[in-house]
Amino acid sequence: MSKEDIDKLYKEWKNNKFDKTAQRFGERKKEFKSDSNRTVKPLYSPLDIKDLDYTNKISFPGDYPFTRGVYPTMYRSKLWTMRQYAGFGNAKETNRRFRYLLEQGQTGLSVAFDLPTQIGYDSDYPLARGEVGKVGVAIDTLADMELLFDQIPLDEVSTSMTINSPASILLAMYKVVAEKQGVSSEKLAGTIQNDILKEYIARGTYIFPPEPSLRIITDIFDYCSKEMPRFNTISISGYHIREAGSDAIQELAFTIADGIEYVKAAVDIGMDVDEFAPRLSFFFNAQMDLFEEIAKFRAARRLWAEIMEERFKAQKAKSKMLRFHTQTAGSALTAQQPMNNIMRVTLQALSAVLGGTQSLHTNSYDEAMGLPTEDSVKIALRTQQLIAHETGAADTIDPLAGSYYIESRTDHLVKEARQYIEKIDELGGMAQAIETGYIQREIQENAYRLQKEIEKKDRVVVGVNEFIEEGEGKNNNLLKVDPTVEKEQIKELNNIKEKRDDKEVKDALTQIKKAAVNNNNLMYPIIKAVKAYATIGEISDALREEFGEYEAQYI
Amino acid sequence: MDNIIKVLIAKPGLDGHDRGAKVIARGLKEAGMEVVYTGLRQTPEQIVRSAIQEDVDVIGLSILSGAHSYLFPEIMNRLKKADRSDVVVIAGGIIPEDDHKKLKELGIKAIFQPGTPISKIVDFIENEVQK
Repeated sequence: MSKEDIDKLYKEWKNNKFDKTAQRFGERKKEFKSDSNRTVKPLYSPLDIKDLDYTNKISFPGDYPFTRGVYPTMYRSKLWTMRQYAGFGNAKETNRRFRYLLEQGQTGLSVAFDLPTQIGYDSDYPLARGEVGKVGVAIDTLADMELLFDQIPLDEVSTSMTINSPASILLAMYKVVAEKQGVSSEKLAGTIQNDILKEYIARGTYIFPPEPSLRIITDIFDYCSKEMPRFNTISISGYHIREAGSDAIQELAFTIADGIEYVKAAVDIGMDVDEFAPRLSFFFNAQMDLFEEIAKFRAARRLWAEIMEERFKAQKAKSKMLRFHTQTAGSALTAQQPMNNIMRVTLQALSAVLGGTQSLHTNSYDEAMGLPTEDSVKIALRTQQLIAHETGAADTIDPLAGSYYIESRTDHLVKEARQYIEKIDELGGMAQAIETGYIQREIQENAYRLQKEIEKKDRVVVGVNEFIEEGEGKNNNLLKVDPTVEKEQIKELNNIKEKRDDKEVKDALTQIKKAAVNNNNLMYPIIKAVKAYATIGEISDALREEFGEYEAQYI
Repeated sequence: MDNIIKVLIAKPGLDGHDRGAKVIARGLKEAGMEVVYTGLRQTPEQIVRSAIQEDVDVIGLSILSGAHSYLFPEIMNRLKKADRSDVVVIAGGIIPEDDHKKLKELGIKAIFQPGTPISKIVDFIENEVQK
């Protein structure tokens, strides 16, 4: 059937059937909108994708622009990595949780650090009081990292570390722990988050101003390209942008724009794009709008491939492949009727799988109330195993391709994200756009819109504004971090400080400051300092002295 | 002018999640209150100092990091020492139910769970602050 014929038939159907029936029975809503506030039509047809060229815009898995997936066989060869983010209390306790998760069939590790560690403070720093071991594991020195990975073979598991400003220090520690296990650096697989721009935008664990922060990041790119070729040097994260209240289009656009800024920074110091780009990785959110999310993951792959080719003239296919981790949306979890969260997580996880994710964290149902227990984490992991082994969702590649709706949404998301990126270019790039507060304002506007929609019931959240039950939301079975953790951690820290060679530490810290001033790669002196059991606070302070600290502007 | 309710929205500790704090700040403003947002990483001392300087009627504490058990008592003690226990203190974020009783004993008037409509918080504040 020709396009003209379909067009004619579509119009007939729309006028004679749909409109008439809709007039007679009405529609459930005045307007149907996607999560990104875009109109959703009653029906999608071949007409919606008539200008979409299969070869250039969709293509085959493993082929540019990778819309259908980065690998030729996708989950038929290897399922995504099931990677639950975990960490609380001290290293010993977290090590126990890691080993429990591996026993349950988890295939990769993901470390949550406590806030003092993430902001480069030792556990005995005044601002760390009350925070030690709370949102993640407390790490002060190499000794903690040795305990954290005790009896975990680092040549067999891959480890993701959610660490940004002090990423260089934790990466150095990981390398040294592996060395002590007899595992050489080039065998190490994993990811450091290392994405500072989204910290300024959405997550808040920054230390240094943008310029030196970008420099530390490019030092890491350079170091890893030489010494740790299998390690992902960054995880460019839309996750937290979405959690802060953005919509799917903003998540996509701002993440890719962050990526552009990092590539620019590395190219500007003379690195060859094909040398570091294959190790860039991404991290997205899986929210509730099933189809828009699937389209978003597909659009992200196409957009990144196109940008790497157009802007940066990348040659290697690997430089253009957007590989990503997904986490289900924490902000979609409700404290009311918490068991409903299991279903939310299932659907979000399904969107990530249908979108071709490389690894996945599924949230536990009790996380709107506190830290998850072993039992709730197990259900979250089982959710992934169930999708992988029972649903058939992983058995054919990109099964929703060719859906008129999915393809049309994918194409629209690419186009709309491009408009945002153009605007960011006009502002002078992402670092500048953040500096002016533009990005933060856009996200805040949307966060407020979502809140108002919920309050007006334009957006139904089951158990929150509809189908409410009185007296629900109690859960007294939450994980509690042992209150003695802080004291014990500080005691251990003091022990290490007693035992180590102070002169060696002092020398190493001096070398870090020198490298900071002389623009030499910081990784080498940081590794030295780590080996001497210098603390995260000490190393961060050495850098603070040279780089200064970032101060956020509130708008 | 004097009957406008003034609120300080504060982020104690190192927690960087301030979506909720910002949404509430905006919602209270639209409900006609005057709102000051402290920004991230505020110590109990800074929060109490800002509250006194700005002469607020209400402090809204937002925390998702689990450090409330240490930080909230610090804030309440400092308010007491400054003889400003008249300031209405409310809280929100991720605060396990088990901790609510203890925190309320310290004088925190209400703890709002995720999913609370802003209108409910507005009503609560207007009821508490008799102007």
